[in-house]
Parts: sequence; structure tokens; C-alpha cells
Amino acid sequence: MFVSNMRRRLLVAAVTMMASIGIASVSVAQNKSPIKIGFGMGLTGGMAANGKAALVSMEIWREEINKKGGLLGRQVEFVYYDDQSNPSLVPGIYTKLLDVDKVDLIISGYGTNLIAPAMPIAMQRNMLFMTLFGTNVNAKFNYPGYFQMMPNGKEPAVGLAGGFFDAAMTAKKKPTSVAIVGGDNEFAALTIEGARVVAKKYNLKVVYDKTYPPNTTDYTPILRAVQATNPDVVFFASYPNETPGIIRAAREIGLKTEVFGGTMIGLGFAAVKKQLGPLLNGVVGYELYAAEKTVNFPGIDAFLKIYQSRAEKEGVDALGYYLPPYAYAEMEILGNAIEKVGSLDQKKLIDYIRATTHKTVVGDVKFASNGEWEVGRPMYVQYRGVKGNDIDQFRKPGPSAIISPKELNSGELITPYQEASK
Amino acid sequence: MDISLDLLFNAIVSGVLLGGFYAAMSLGISISFGMLDIVNISHPVMIILGAYLTWWLNEKFGIDPVLAALIMAPFFLLLGIIIYRIYYDRFERDAGGGDSLRGLAFFFGLLFIIEMILILLFGVDYRNVNTSYTDVSLNLGFVSLPYRLLIPCVLSVGLLLLIREFFRRTYFGRAVSAVAQDPLALQLMGVNPVKIKGYAFGLSLMVAGFSGAMLMIIQSVQPAAGREYIGLVFAVCVLGGMGNLMGTLFAAMILGIAETMTSTFAGPSWAPAVSFGLLLLTLAFRPQGIFGK
Repeated sequence: MFVSNMRRRLLVAAVTMMASIGIASVSVAQNKSPIKIGFGMGLTGGMAANGKAALVSMEIWREEINKKGGLLGRQVEFVYYDDQSNPSLVPGIYTKLLDVDKVDLIISGYGTNLIAPAMPIAMQRNMLFMTLFGTNVNAKFNYPGYFQMMPNGKEPAVGLAGGFFDAAMTAKKKPTSVAIVGGDNEFAALTIEGARVVAKKYNLKVVYDKTYPPNTTDYTPILRAVQATNPDVVFFASYPNETPGIIRAAREIGLKTEVFGGTMIGLGFAAVKKQLGPLLNGVVGYELYAAEKTVNFPGIDAFLKIYQSRAEKEGVDALGYYLPPYAYAEMEILGNAIEKVGSLDQKKLIDYIRATTHKTVVGDVKFASNGEWEVGRPMYVQYRGVKGNDIDQFRKPGPSAIISPKELNSGELITPYQEASK
Repeated sequence: MDISLDLLFNAIVSGVLLGGFYAAMSLGISISFGMLDIVNISHPVMIILGAYLTWWLNEKFGIDPVLAALIMAPFFLLLGIIIYRIYYDRFERDAGGGDSLRGLAFFFGLLFIIEMILILLFGVDYRNVNTSYTDVSLNLGFVSLPYRLLIPCVLSVGLLLLIREFFRRTYFGRAVSAVAQDPLALQLMGVNPVKIKGYAFGLSLMVAGFSGAMLMIIQSVQPAAGREYIGLVFAVCVLGGMGNLMGTLFAAMILGIAETMTSTFAGPSWAPAVSFGLLLLTLAFRPQGIFGK
């Protein structure tokens, strides 16, 4: 009996000890619990091509940071949900992230339409809100915790279109008229608004100013209507699913104009480059990175090498020249801010990010008071000498001659479009 | 803007080419929704599935989209028969064959499942196929006919006429028409309506696969691209008259021409308003559709 009691006591003591060790280890783990960064991201739906590429880039950053020991001695964890490219789902996602998942920080998904619905929630909770590729979202909110990663400058809508017009006005025959066309969506509406302002600045007569619906299949009637107005410059603001159809239609009708192009999203994607091949020649397109000698951001080559090695397996953009470096740079800024501030205090992080010039893989970034880049850098290239549909030709200098901004110029604008397209 | 003759002709020709393609996209819905009373809301994603399989066949074996459409046909026929069998066992049989709305949730779910499978298999990047005729146009005077629209249009109209003749001249075709009107009477004649409906639904998916191949000639696709066509395919089906194949063709042409004429002379953003305005007017004055009986 005594032995049995002893055994029982020993067993209870052992269990108590093990339990207390367990509790202690849980307690230590809680102290070192991961930093949770929450976001919604378009992993399905119309924005998925970029949303998934952004996620791959952010995961590259997270893995690198965690290998180095994390931030503030804590590992970094992402908590994310697929917003299905549907703005109506965004408020619910961010409420859940903050109230149920108890994330420490929030960042945005990809694109203007998916950033705007999250803004009221970030503002209510006074959260730092780093955002990815929103066009002029903060214009109406004026939220001091908003920081945006697209390099369009303090006046994003005007800055975005401005680069195109700056380049167009260098044409040998000085343009006097412009046709402005864009999709029926928030992004195109803001860009077109900017284009009108810049056109006025350059005294260009707007001879065509119309939008088209999102499910347009054939763009030749639109291009023919544009041609009928005989503009010197044709400016399009389009999404990736629209851009190839527009360029094909321009070729099919034999568009005669001095300068053709615009803020045509998609031209930076490998799939669109592969699809269009030589049809790109002569087009003035919007890019965020080009493998030209004048573009040499420290660290971008190393990042692109890692990204491209994963791209095929993940089924995302093979080159990663458009959004991926900026998604990675966004995380670089956030990570550095946490380390420098030494805490997750939202106000301190906001103040630090606002006051600092950040070194990133997309160059130095300084934010203006409205959360946009202090100095814009929308890059416009004119495609030339593109042969066949092999995307490897875009990994070398030549086919994407930068014509704006001036400090990155690697070529001069060739006009008219029909001549440049040969 | 001045209405010049070449603008007008080109707008009409573009509308016809576009309408031909719209007809192929809507033909499957005319069969499933118009004739079989199955609200297959997943039809547009079946088109995208066809587009992705076309891309895969081209990428792996260099097969042209037109040939790919033929190769894929048995697969889509079989897929349609299987899907209909599940739909029948779970929804149609319990509802006594009458309440097609009960299956709406099934097809809505199917739409998301197929979209997700496409994402898992092919990723979310845009996919396209380049052919020798993609960037070439046939120029007849001042009228220009891009082959990337001309070929899908000609093949689509050809397929529609072929299926129409098939329905008119074969025993199977007449059985499909009969099952749409009175399945019980068909049963009394010794024909299994479930089997007939299964094959007919398979045929509707076969046409969806064909439309996917044609879509791949026209433009690049991503897994969610089908959602943009849901409204259009049902509009064409209703406008033409439920289950009327020639009506589907003419309705598609009307919407195509309305779209290109509006885009050319009034502004492209008005095109959906004009198209759906036509649909509303038709429903108000001829609820059975322009060519419906």
C-alpha cells in the first residue's frame, strides 16, 4: 500500500512537474509568439494574376526574414484570405483579421478597387496601412497612416499619365490633338482624369474622350472611331485582359498617328509580351522595370533571380518586372520600420515610415504627406526591335527603350507610330 | 462624328464577326437552358475550361486550336453526360423533373470548383495561343476582316447550322425536341428521356469546349474570365427565343452589330446599355423572344 501511495505521489509530482514545464514552455512560446501580418489578396478572380505574384514576392521576404531570426526576435507569420478580387468581401476580411485572428499589422491586397474598401477599417483602428498599387485612394480619406507603393508621385493620377505625355511631346512633329480612351473601372477613370489635366497643360485638343465596358471582345470599332478623329496622340488606360486586344486592333486597322500607347497595364507581364511579340513595336507602354542599363536598383537582380526561379512552379508571371519587386519592397520598408522602432506601436511606425527615406530593391522611397511617393517615377518605354514571341529577349537591354522619365532614358521616341511599328 | 461609308461597313462586318462568336458561346446555353430546361450557370466556365485545354494541347503538342476543338469534343461529351447524371440523381429526379431552379446552386458551385481546379492546374497567369493566322487580316477593299475573328465566326456559324440540321433530321435530334416538350410522352414511346437529356447536355458542353478553343484564337484568358460572359450568353438565348437555334444565331448577330455600331458611332460604354435595352424591349413586347414560338 505504502509503495503504491508513494508511486501515486511520485506520479502526481511528475505530472505536476511536466505540466508546469509545459506551461512554462507555452509561456515562453507566447512571449515569442510570431508577429502576425494580415491581409486580403486577390488569389482568384480578375486580379489574381498580380495578386498571386504579390504573395509569392511577400513570401520570399518572409522566408528571408525568418531565416535571419525574424523581427524583434519573433518569427513573422502571414494571415491572409482570398478576397476573390471582389471589393465587397474586403471589409469582412479586415474585420476578421483584426477581431478574430488578432493580427499585429495589416497591409492591403493588390489594386485600387480592393484597397479603398479596407480604408475605413484601418482608419477606425488607427492602424498603419501599407498599400500595394492603389491610384489616388487616399485623396478623399486623407489618412496619415496610408502609404502606397506605386511610383506615381504626389499627384498620382496626373503623375501616372504625365510620363506618357512628357514623352509624346518630344515627337518630331509637335502633337496638337489627343484621343483619350479607357475602361469602365476606377483605375482607368482616375488615369483618364489625369490625362485630361496633362493634355490641357500641353494645349492638346481632346478630339475623342470615351470609355469602354469591361467585357469588350473586339476593339477594332473603337480604334476605327478613334482613327476617324485623326488624333496626333492616342492614349489608352487599360487593364491586362484588354491591352492585347487594343494593340492587335490598332495593327489590324493600320492606325495612323504620331504616338500610340498609354497606361496600358499588362505590357509589363511576360504572358502579354509573349502573346504580342513584334506587335509591341512602336507602342509606348507603361512599365515599372525594364532591363535597361539606366535602371540599376541595388538588390533587384538578386530578388528577380529568386522570384523567377519560383514563378513557373507557382504559375505566376515569369519575368516579374511589374508588381513583384514593389510587393517585396513594401515588406522591406515595413520590416525595417519594425526593427528601427523596436515595437509594433502603430503611431511610432507611421511616424518612422513618413520621416525616413527607405532603401529598397526598387530604389530609394520617400513618402509625401498624402502617403504617395514624394518623387514620382512612372516609367514609359517604347518597344522596338522585338522579334518573335520569346520573352528572353526582354531580359536584355534593347527591346524596351525607356523614353520617360528623363533620368532613366535609354532611347529617343520614334514617330510616327506606323514607322516605329516596323 | 461623321458617318462615313467605310466606318459603317466595317462596323457592320465587325458586328457580324463578333455575333458569330457570340452565337457559338450561347449555343450550348440554348440547348441546355432553352431545350432541356437546365439552368447551367457554369456554362461560361466550361468555355474557359475548353480554352485552357486548347492552350495545353498547343503548348505540349503544338496543336492548332481548331484541331484542339475536335480532339476535346469526346471529353466534353463525356463530362456533360457525367454532370447531367449527378444533376439528375440529386436534383431533377427528386423535383419530379420540373423544378430546374433547384439545380441552380449545383451549377453555381460547379462554376467555382472548375475555376479553382483551373487555378490549381494552370495558375492564375494569362494564357494565350499564337497561330499563323492570329495577326493576319483579309482585306476586301476598305473592309478589313481579321482572321482571328473571321475563323471563329465561320466555324461557329457552320457548327450551329450543323447541329440544327442534326436536330431536325435525326431521331436523336427529334427526341431532344420532344423531351423538352413532354418527357412523359417520350417515355411512353419507349425512349429513356434521362439518357436523351444526358447526351444533349453532353452536346451542349461539347459546344462550350469548341467556343473555348475559338476564344483562345481571339484573346488571352485567365481562370475567372468566364464570369464576364454569363450575362451575354443568357441574353442571347432569351432574345433569340428559348431553344431556337436559328434564333440564337440571329440574336447573337443583332447583339454583335448593336455593340459595334454603338462603339463606333455613340461610344463603347453605351454598348451594354443598347444590347440589354434591346433585350428588355423584346421581353416587354415579345416575351417568347424574337424568334420564339
